Amino acid sequence: MIDKNEFDTVITAKPRFFDLHLKETFRYKDLCLLFVKRDFKAGYKQTILGPVWAIIQPLLTTVMFFFVFGKLARLDTSDITGNFVVPRFLFYFGSSICWSYFASTLQATSNTFLQNRAVMGKVYYPRFVSPLSTAVSHLISFFIQFALLAAAYIYYLSRDLGDMKITPYLLLFPLCIIQLMMLSLGLGIIISSVTTKYRDLAMLVSFGLQILHYLCPVAYGLSIVPEKYMRIYMLNPVTPILTTFRFSLFGGGYFNMFYFVVSLAVTLVIFFAGLFLFGRVERTFMDTI
Amino acid sequence: MNIAIKVENISKKYKLGQIGVTTLREELSRLGAKIKRKEDPLLKIGQKPGKNFYALNDISFSVNKGERIGIIGKNGAGKSTLLKIISRITAPTSGSIGINGKIASMLEVGTGFHPELTGRENIYMNGAILGMTRKEIDEKCEKIIDFSECREFIDTPVKRYSSGMYVKLAFSVAAHLDSDILIMDEVLAVGDMAFQQKCLEKMDEISRNDGKTILYVSHNMNTIRSLCDRCIVLDKGKIIFDGKTEKAIEVYLGTLKVASRINKVKTESRIKERLLDGFAFETLTLADREKARYKTGEKMRFFTTENVNKDLSGVRFRAAISRPDGTAVTSFVTYDGINIKKGENQKTEFTLDISALAPGRYNMILGAYKGTKPGNPLYFDIIVRGTINFEVTADEDFKAGNYWNHTKWGSIVGGPIEAKQI
Repeated sequence: MIDKNEFDTVITAKPRFFDLHLKETFRYKDLCLLFVKRDFKAGYKQTILGPVWAIIQPLLTTVMFFFVFGKLARLDTSDITGNFVVPRFLFYFGSSICWSYFASTLQATSNTFLQNRAVMGKVYYPRFVSPLSTAVSHLISFFIQFALLAAAYIYYLSRDLGDMKITPYLLLFPLCIIQLMMLSLGLGIIISSVTTKYRDLAMLVSFGLQILHYLCPVAYGLSIVPEKYMRIYMLNPVTPILTTFRFSLFGGGYFNMFYFVVSLAVTLVIFFAGLFLFGRVERTFMDTI
Repeated sequence: MNIAIKVENISKKYKLGQIGVTTLREELSRLGAKIKRKEDPLLKIGQKPGKNFYALNDISFSVNKGERIGIIGKNGAGKSTLLKIISRITAPTSGSIGINGKIASMLEVGTGFHPELTGRENIYMNGAILGMTRKEIDEKCEKIIDFSECREFIDTPVKRYSSGMYVKLAFSVAAHLDSDILIMDEVLAVGDMAFQQKCLEKMDEISRNDGKTILYVSHNMNTIRSLCDRCIVLDKGKIIFDGKTEKAIEVYLGTLKVASRINKVKTESRIKERLLDGFAFETLTLADREKARYKTGEKMRFFTTENVNKDLSGVRFRAAISRPDGTAVTSFVTYDGINIKKGENQKTEFTLDISALAPGRYNMILGAYKGTKPGNPLYFDIIVRGTINFEVTADEDFKAGNYWNHTKWGSIVGGPIEAKQI
């Protein structure tokens, strides 16, 4: 038998039960940063507007929401029935950049193995670096969009339009972003692990995201959800993140500690389940993909 | 610790047939059949269920630090699978491997190169994928660019590179890695001769000076010969030879079978119409020995039988001797044509003075031809290539040395040098 103390690296047929290679992943942080840079750079190569595209997309979505859900369907955009008014632009734009971060990260990371099999089939590096860098590079787009949101926010605030105010709850906002990242990344790597064998699930992703979009309060406020369905409605882990995000940013709206903690717990479970599954699959996925 | 890699009882099993590329429905119906103990409904007609294929079967070996090991074998022998397992791309089915030191594997040229990024950006990218940190690459970037001979184009996206430049850049990154073990799979196949030579020299240098261990897979015996001092020969997932490069190459090229008699010799004509009409070799038998093994200094004697349809005159023979890898060594020719009478099973005796051949394995092709002058064949009839293999072993009296390097010294022992101090 190979003595583990004699060698730096030992490769065995049976995996250790819970092996995340976290130390190793950290050693490859430079690679992660380079992947982020590459994704970002290559994504906007040979375009005239470049990263401006990151803003145009949610802007157009906001305009569409404004007309379809605001003017045509006349859906309310407040999370609580009452007098807390937020300008529609801020509401739609803030919600849709959150949603698009979640959706695009999930979609991209759910393709990790399929997309990178050419590289992964030829060289070893901690596989988790790939989905992680995807999530981070999408975060860059998110912050570009967020800068515009912040500018608009300050504009509305200075003109005294709407009931927004800055509260200590603003500190909750980074937590929301981290949670959103962990949730989308966790779901993404679960899907990518499962799709090395069954491709069916990959078909379901974009469709499932579309449905989930309507099940989340992105284009409408929480106040239009009937009280009797609230319990089921809030079980969707994305919903409390969205409402908390708006609550922390606008200083008012809907915040429920219980649902928020449940969603946080669900996120953690999904994230670590994803890591576990990913660690299992990465050993031999090249044989089945 | 002096061991770089220790491989113990490694096996890799693959299932035959289309496994993995399935839909959930197919997988479920397969599972259902398994529960009902029925045959797999998705197997193609005639396919046997549960057929496994061992790409590697119980492989064990160990590599010392600083060794340069070549891995050779036919396509599908398991070379790439072995490298993939050692470089942790896929896990073995059973067995274990211990590795000391950092591994850099280059199973493909330019892995992770992004076409949209420039050469310089890709150096960073590729280096990071191979496990270098940013600082390490910063330090070596200039050296890498110099070595790659691509300085002019270094800030151009690599999608505009020629394939040769691509390879040069990629190899340069790998060669400058700060690793202890370098795994390479036939990466020098592309790139011009001068650069290939440069790569080999670089690899030689890094393994000698920095004590790096090299595992190298190639089908090019010349690079294997000049780089590796030990070779592992794989065949159908098993190690069939592990030892000196020269011997390993001979094993790989399948020349270990030394026959003494060849029945039913296939003849082939060089020209479509057989011009040495009425002549065909039937058998070839070596005289006075069981196996085609000769001591240095011995002569080779053999008989052939031929079927001859008509009386022939001026028939000449040529025996071309080559090394197992195809390098020509020398040729013997009949100086005067001989007469051969009509009849079946005509016998001809040949004697070749092979006493000058250095110890090693050889291959002989015998040809019959008719011509106006010696060496000017008009009609040709040769014994099919590669049929007669023989070995020359060193006699006790062989004074040229115990070891003979065919690559550098040729295969003919020229004879003693008369040297004296004056």
